[in-house]
Amino acid sequence: MNGIEQETAEGCTLIRLRGEVDLSWSQQVRQAVLEALSTSTRVGVVLSEVSYIDSSGIAALVEGFQNARSKGSSFALVAVSDSVRAVLELARLDRVFPIVADIEAIPNVSGAPAWKP
Amino acid sequence: MTAPAPLIEVEKLEAWYGKRRILNGVDFTVHPGEIRVIMGGSGSGKSTLLRHMLGLNRPVSGSVRLFGTDLATASDREKLEVRKRIGVSFQGGALLTSMTVGDNVALPLREHTSLDEQTIRIMSRLKLEVVNLGGFQDLMPSQLSGGMIKRAALARAVVMDPRLLFFDEPSAGLDPVVSAELDELILRLRDALRMTIVVVTHELDSAFKIADTITVLDQGNVLMTGTTADVRAADNERIQDLLNRRPREVHVDADEYLQRLVGETE
Repeated sequence: MNGIEQETAEGCTLIRLRGEVDLSWSQQVRQAVLEALSTSTRVGVVLSEVSYIDSSGIAALVEGFQNARSKGSSFALVAVSDSVRAVLELARLDRVFPIVADIEAIPNVSGAPAWKP
Repeated sequence: MTAPAPLIEVEKLEAWYGKRRILNGVDFTVHPGEIRVIMGGSGSGKSTLLRHMLGLNRPVSGSVRLFGTDLATASDREKLEVRKRIGVSFQGGALLTSMTVGDNVALPLREHTSLDEQTIRIMSRLKLEVVNLGGFQDLMPSQLSGGMIKRAALARAVVMDPRLLFFDEPSAGLDPVVSAELDELILRLRDALRMTIVVVTHELDSAFKIADTITVLDQGNVLMTGTTADVRAADNERIQDLLNRRPREVHVDADEYLQRLVGETE
């Protein structure tokens, strides 16, 4: 079952995706990511329950990351599932995105050192 | 648990070019997640079979179903739905020479989706990255080498993340390194994007590297379908000729030969 949930934890906006992210609803994901970045300087997208993501879903994450960088905000992919990681690796995006194991590891813009590729 | 439905079902397919029979009652089934290689020499019928699966040729008899849809009887709308779920990388690339590489790759997204332009740009450039053509989006096809054209064509074929990808002669005309890179890419596409892939090739090394199963065609007949090990071990003279690159002995019928040379002159 596909789904998207948003929550705030430890000063960070989390977008939790579930199911198969594809063309049929990836624009919702894009909108949610960009909206979160318009109100928060620390955003994580939790991908542990994503069983498949297509290029349109990846494009939403890329646009979010670029948006965060342009504003000096923090953005990370959290708990990436194996199937998502395979798609990221296909395009070598695993070397571009900040990927962290859990929420605590999302860099804090004002405190923690900036994530570096 | 029932097995997933086949994505391709070809039954008793016959094809003729004039008086020449090209396919002789071919049966061919491909299941989700499979990499199937169609192998055969020149004139075996493999390109004709591919053209029928793409709906470019209409069966004289027999049927071709993709995703359960019979291409011969489907409405235009049903055919369009099928078309959106398949990607095709043609042997010569078939890039539009008047468009940049980036616009070529983005074309299916612009034609079949209502995605915003920024998403289309990222998706098409992402696929150029996947085929190792990152940053080449502003070049024209005439500025690319043969291997690059092939990779750009593959990027366009997979830009919509099709469930089913057809790849015609991926290795033809490429040097061994580029050819090996394409083989790796085919395997990674299947694994990461869960594509089902049908590859038409006469390149043995490539076929055995990428195939889960191989269908061997010869003179319009399916000689066998099996795993790479099955094909290697096949007790069939023609298959062993193909594997060992032994040319077919040409049978000469004197009457037919003379008829071909001097017949139909009235």
